[in-house]
Amino acid sequence: MSARGSSNRADIVIVGAGVMGLAIAYNLAARGGRRIVVLDAHYLAWGASGRNGGGVRQQWSTEMNVRLMQESTEICSRFAEEMGINVWMRRGGYLFLARTKAAGGQLERNVTLQNRCDLPTRMIALDEARDLVPELEIGPGAGSSGGDATRFVAACYNPTDAIVFPWPFLWGYARAAERRGVKIQTGVPVTAIERQGDDFVLTTPAGALTAGRVVCAAGAWSPRVARLAGGALPDRPVRHEILSTEPLKPFLKPMVSVIESGLYVSQSLRGELVGGVSMPEETNPDGEVRLGSRLDFLTTMARGLVTLMPRLGHVKVVRQWAGPYDVSPDGNPIVGELPGVPGFYVVCGFGGHGFMMAPVVARHYAAYLEGEPPHPFFTAWRADRFTPGGAPPSVDREEMIIG
Amino acid sequence: MSRKVILCRCEDVTLADVQHAVKLGRGDLEEVKRYTGFGTGPCQGKECLREVARAVAEATGSDPATLSPFTARPPLVPVELGVLAAAGRSPTSSTRK
Repeated sequence: MSARGSSNRADIVIVGAGVMGLAIAYNLAARGGRRIVVLDAHYLAWGASGRNGGGVRQQWSTEMNVRLMQESTEICSRFAEEMGINVWMRRGGYLFLARTKAAGGQLERNVTLQNRCDLPTRMIALDEARDLVPELEIGPGAGSSGGDATRFVAACYNPTDAIVFPWPFLWGYARAAERRGVKIQTGVPVTAIERQGDDFVLTTPAGALTAGRVVCAAGAWSPRVARLAGGALPDRPVRHEILSTEPLKPFLKPMVSVIESGLYVSQSLRGELVGGVSMPEETNPDGEVRLGSRLDFLTTMARGLVTLMPRLGHVKVVRQWAGPYDVSPDGNPIVGELPGVPGFYVVCGFGGHGFMMAPVVARHYAAYLEGEPPHPFFTAWRADRFTPGGAPPSVDREEMIIG
Repeated sequence: MSRKVILCRCEDVTLADVQHAVKLGRGDLEEVKRYTGFGTGPCQGKECLREVARAVAEATGSDPATLSPFTARPPLVPVELGVLAAAGRSPTSSTRK
């Protein structure tokens, strides 16, 4: 196939058909007038978009993330109606629990910020946490002093946070994008990206593709794609694991998360408990994405769950799997044009919350690509903050990266 | 008729659901699993995988032998959280790269 044929030419090629790439394609196509192609090496939902826990929360420690997630939650709440697909969204809120005074102080600072953003989060008494989730083991002598490691000292709750089933977001965005003329090609890995004048030529097993601009929406695989284009990205993949239990009758209203251990668990509308927990970061000098499952995670998570809710001891685990967090050096995302590669745009480094952020980030990303005044996150998260002599580093560090 | 033929009993996935997924272009078992949810319940595909594979092969006109099963996830059989919690710290093991 000729790379110069008009059918192999696109205005914008998006590499990565995860939720971010598909949502950007949809938002661009909704504006019309561009020829857009989305390429993915695998099938829809193969990557992190198909492997995450489906949390959609607005409880963050930075104003940028709180406000963005308020907008994203709003988009999610209308998604089923507007896109005609059930995303199994349930607004049961998020309950954060702290076992130490330091973590409790973090929750209090979060609540102050979130209230300023008109989010109804509040610190709640441990008795109220137990009213919300009667199965919780709040700990011996709750409310009194003592150094018991299983005892909680603080809790906060926002009733408007939610969970979703991630997969239908991909079908919804893909179908809506295709109806507006976007071409989505799965099973088509990009093996080379070369400059040809002002254009890029992307080599794939399905032929070459010429594009004026390239958007790399490959999540934790972004550094590899950037290298093909002669650029460099500083984010790294970190394996995180999740387990899912047999379905149970609905009993657990909020997503429950423990700050110190990074444990989180929710009950999906399918009835399964779905959750994960922080594990020590493995050494990964080659920077490859690792997706194997580990017994160590299973036992660590099981211990965390039965400590948190002893009644779960007889509930059976049916499945575990892994996915990559895409982690940048300062924990904040990396967006915009990649330094040294004009016309090559990145949107990565979301550190495990890219799925919930995608609806809002993609909306503003499309506007940015169309030349509209960029949303402030394009300044805060610009890619050249990691290049010597580039932008100053991000000021606000997000403290609420969980899992 | 195909609406009444249940292929995945854990998740109530019917023959019609599988045919619909194929019609939408979901041609392999990983995609059909994700689109219909088949094989994600307590049996993890041990009862339904063969039947769904046959239905997909028939709907796509392909040889069932060319269809790969979806990735098997641990544990091999459902295990109680209490049993896993009591298993204590085990050496890290990996089932796949």
